[in-house]
Order: sequence, then C-alpha cells, then structure tokens
Amino acid sequence: MEPDHGTRPRPPRRGALTRRLLLGGAAAGAGAATLVGADALLRSSRPDAPAPADDPGLNGERTVAFHGPRQAGIETPPQAHAKFLAVDLADDTGAEKVRRLLRLLTDDAAKLTQGQAALADSEPELAFVPARLTVTFGFGPGLVERVAPDAVPSWLRPLPEFATDRLREEWSGGDLLLQICSDDPLTVSHAARMLSKDVRAFGGLRWAQDGFRRAHGSEAPGTTMRNLMGQVDGTVNLEPGSADFEELVWGRRDNPAWLRDGTGMVVRRIAMDLDTWDRLDRPGREEAVGRRLADGAPLTGEHEHDEPDFEALTPLGFPRIAEYAHIRRARSDDPAERVFRRGYNYDVPVAGDAGQDAGLLFVSYQADVERQFVPIQRRLDELDLLNEWISPIGSAVFAVPPGCAEGGFVGETLFER
Amino acid sequence: MRSPLTVNALAAATAAALLAATGCSGGEAAPQDTPAAAESGAAQAETVTVEDAWIKAATQEEGMTGVFGTIGNPGGEDAAVVAATSPSAGTVELHEVVTGDDGNPVMREKDGGFAVPAEGEHVLEPGADHIMLMELTEDLEPGDEIAIQLEFADGSSTEVTVPVKDYEGANESYEGSGHDAEH
Repeated sequence: MEPDHGTRPRPPRRGALTRRLLLGGAAAGAGAATLVGADALLRSSRPDAPAPADDPGLNGERTVAFHGPRQAGIETPPQAHAKFLAVDLADDTGAEKVRRLLRLLTDDAAKLTQGQAALADSEPELAFVPARLTVTFGFGPGLVERVAPDAVPSWLRPLPEFATDRLREEWSGGDLLLQICSDDPLTVSHAARMLSKDVRAFGGLRWAQDGFRRAHGSEAPGTTMRNLMGQVDGTVNLEPGSADFEELVWGRRDNPAWLRDGTGMVVRRIAMDLDTWDRLDRPGREEAVGRRLADGAPLTGEHEHDEPDFEALTPLGFPRIAEYAHIRRARSDDPAERVFRRGYNYDVPVAGDAGQDAGLLFVSYQADVERQFVPIQRRLDELDLLNEWISPIGSAVFAVPPGCAEGGFVGETLFER
Repeated sequence: MRSPLTVNALAAATAAALLAATGCSGGEAAPQDTPAAAESGAAQAETVTVEDAWIKAATQEEGMTGVFGTIGNPGGEDAAVVAATSPSAGTVELHEVVTGDDGNPVMREKDGGFAVPAEGEHVLEPGADHIMLMELTEDLEPGDEIAIQLEFADGSSTEVTVPVKDYEGANESYEGSGHDAEH
C-alpha cells in the first residue's frame, strides 16, 4: 500500500534533538547526541560509508560527522558528486574578517552536513537530504598570509611549471577552497549556494568546478573509479586507516604546528582530448597506461590489484609494460613519493562544434606537496604516453587545516599560535 | 546542532532568576505575576530557549534590521517575550507583519509581544514576526556577533548572542512609513 504522502510527518530535521539547548539542560543534549551516534553505528560499521544496495534505509538520510580532530571529506568514501569552489578574498579582508568568514562557513557547514537548514537558509527543505554531504576547507597562501604570514608551509605555493601544462588563470589558484561532496547533486548545489552567500561580504568566487563519479548505488562501494577515457583510475592509492595513510597524508613532517591533523591538497583540472583518443585502438590505449581496460589489471597480471611486473618482456624482448606507460612513470622507488587521490570526472556542455570539454578533476592529499606530489608529476611530465591526450589546464595548492570541535571553527588553529 | 552563539543565555538567565528571587528586579517594572512565577518554579528566562538566531546584515546608515530565530518553551507554563534591547540599537521593537491597507505586507509593533506557549515555540522569520533593531549604533556586518537582551512577561530577562548574516529578503515596509525598511 502506498503511503499517504499528505499525512507524512515533516521531513526529518535530522539531529534536531541535539540542537535543543535547554537553558541549564546541556546534559540532556549530550544524551541525545549519543543516541544519534549509536543509531549510526548500528546501521553500519563505517557510518560515513554509502548505504549498501540492499539497505532499506534512504541514502539521502545518511550523514557524515562534521566535528572532529580532522576534517571530513578526505577519508570519507568518495560521494558521487562534488563541487569545488575557490574564493579570492577581497583586499580589505584581513585576519579578523577571515576569522568571521570561517566562523560563518563552519556554522553553515556543520548544520548542512547534518541535514539541517543553515542560518538564514531561504530554501531550508533542500537541506533535509544530506546524502553524506561533507564540506572540506582548504587554505591558499593568500589566506594564511593574511592571518599568520610566518606560518605558511614551504610547499603552499603554485606548483613548479611543467612542460605539459596549459594552465589557465580561470582554473588556477585561490585563497580559500571549499570542497563540497554528496551523493545527491541537488544537495551539493544548495550547500554551495548557502556557503557562497556567506562569502559575498568577504570576497568573490574565483572558480567553481563540478565533478561526478558513478551515481550512488550503481556500483559496489569501494569500486575504483573510471575516468572518461574509460580507464580504471586510482587503483594504486593509499588506504584510509593504514599506517601509510597516517604518515603520508596526516603526518606532520615539517609542517607548521597549526596544520597538525591537517594535510596538503592539490587540485588539477586535466583536460582530455577525447576526439583524438577515439582514434586509438584498444591495444594502444592499454599500452599507453599499462593496464587492461576491462578490469584495470596490469598488463602483466590477472587482477586489478596485482602488482605490475615491470621486468616482464614480450617474446620479442620489449617490456610488457612500456617505458612510456603511465603506471611505470607514475611509480617511484621512494615510498615517500605517494599521495592519496580522490578525484572526480568533469564534463561541461559545449555549444556548437567546439568538441567536448571533459576530463579529470585530479585531487590529491599529501602531507607535503613538494616532497610527495611534485616528484611524481615531474616524471609524468618528462615522459608519459598519456600526455598525448591529456593537458593540465588548472592547478591549485591548498593547506587543509584540522577539523574543529563543536563551538570551534575550521582554521582556528591558525589564530591560536 | 547546538549553536555556540546562544549558550551564554544561561548565565544571564541565572542572574535574572537570582534577581527575581531576591525581589530586586534591577529597576525593571516587574509584572504582577512575578511572585506566582517564582512560586511555580523556573523563571521564563530560565526555561525559554533561543535556537538558530540570526540578524540580517545592515549598515548604521540603513538604520534598522531584523532578528530571526526560534524561541522555544519546553516548560509547562506559557511564556512571552515582551521587550528586547541591544547595545547595537537605540530602539528595539517586537514586530509582526500584517497585510496593509493597500494589500501589501507591512510590519508594526506586536501587541503583547511574542507568546511562547508551554511545550511550544514561536518562530521569528522574514515575512512574519521578528525583533526589529532600530537606530543602529554601528554597522552590523556578516559574521559579527550581537548581544540581544530579551525580557519576559514575568520580569526575568536573558541575553543571547546572535550572528549577523548576509540576506536579501526581509524587505517589508514599516507601517505608515511609505518606504522599505530594508531590514
């Protein structure tokens, strides 16, 4: 029997219980929060994971905790949709205004990610379906310099120039980054609008980039993403929770103290020339990468996660995985030269016969961009057959501050030194 | 989500309760039912909650703006906000929005203030009831946090700290003014 939609209770104002602060009744509020947490634990051993296909609950109701020592949206299993907003701060936005902006953004992000309307939300109903919404803040050098000029990490600057770069100013740089991810694109759009309204008094939008993966529920959670060239993209990646991840993403290294439990972020817009890629036959495509298109297995292996055998030769004596193959060039002998990738596809409508504007939003997290990311990109820049079809057209580097507790704000450690 | 910006209501409420208990109401005209309220337990300032409050950004030159949010009353007895003050405004009024003679919405002072029924709430929102800050003494810029004192029907009072946000709506005319209040 169909439910009677006319008499349904109001859509869940999730966590509404925890918001009610009785004057002098803080203990009651804490109890409610615990109940909500226990509920989340019962549903999944990993509450921020997407709902499995046979879960009768609505994925739209799922939330990812906002508060905590580290920001969400990095270890969070990637949501289906993402929007990256880069903000340029106005000239008169100094440290005190930056603090006010971060407080506003934190407050709105904390509410929206829990399925609650932001303050002054003119479309509150759009907030009630969080679908694992996360908002992750990144600081460009311009923001850090305004607050604490002596606390800019050495790697927080534009990447060195690479020969294959075709960078455009409109996709590069930025003082403040907001990474907004959810399994629901309407939720992403609403959150982005609310956060953008907060920014108006402090600066303007520098660029916005939308990305997508497979829709929620289309594939088993944990399936490696495919990019628009059809490749399995991201097989070799750091595993959240592993010791390597702890060291290479969250590790302090030489970072300033305010970045403890933070990390570094690289966002690169990689355009794909899909029309010339179309001319390449399947064996050629597999040789360019060194992996099979069908399942992402290395050309020397059987399964996606098999270790590639870079020594293996063809009967004619050529390397099975070519010298110019992407996976050979991306690999380093130095285990420190690894990053955590969490990218998205992009595909922007183009009018007329200008071809297609599509590619990859390459997003990587690493504790030290200079030490970990740059060497990889240098090798790919020198030689990688894929460079025939791909061009970096945007590039930005951000420092990702730690998370915050309830009552705090993201970036507060920058002000507390 | 508990708003950290409203928690300091507790201290003020406690102070107000102490004042009420000692019969010293700080010069405020104590309503006649104060003794009854004291006998039945908590003062309204102790019981009433303020959730998700915000102020529409405005400049001192614009002169006036609105305060919005949800006033909750988890207690068993009716409460009412009868007045408000703020160091950021020369005058503060409790407003309602009604349909004016020309059919357009206009705002005016609300008789008796905002009633908050027992175990109920009173929502302040653009286009409806709101607290009006007038004769602003400073620019209220996004991200600022502004103190607002609420006075209740039983003579108790509390202070809440309310963040300022950019907002395009809430442009009702002030009754009889003939122009937009731009609050």
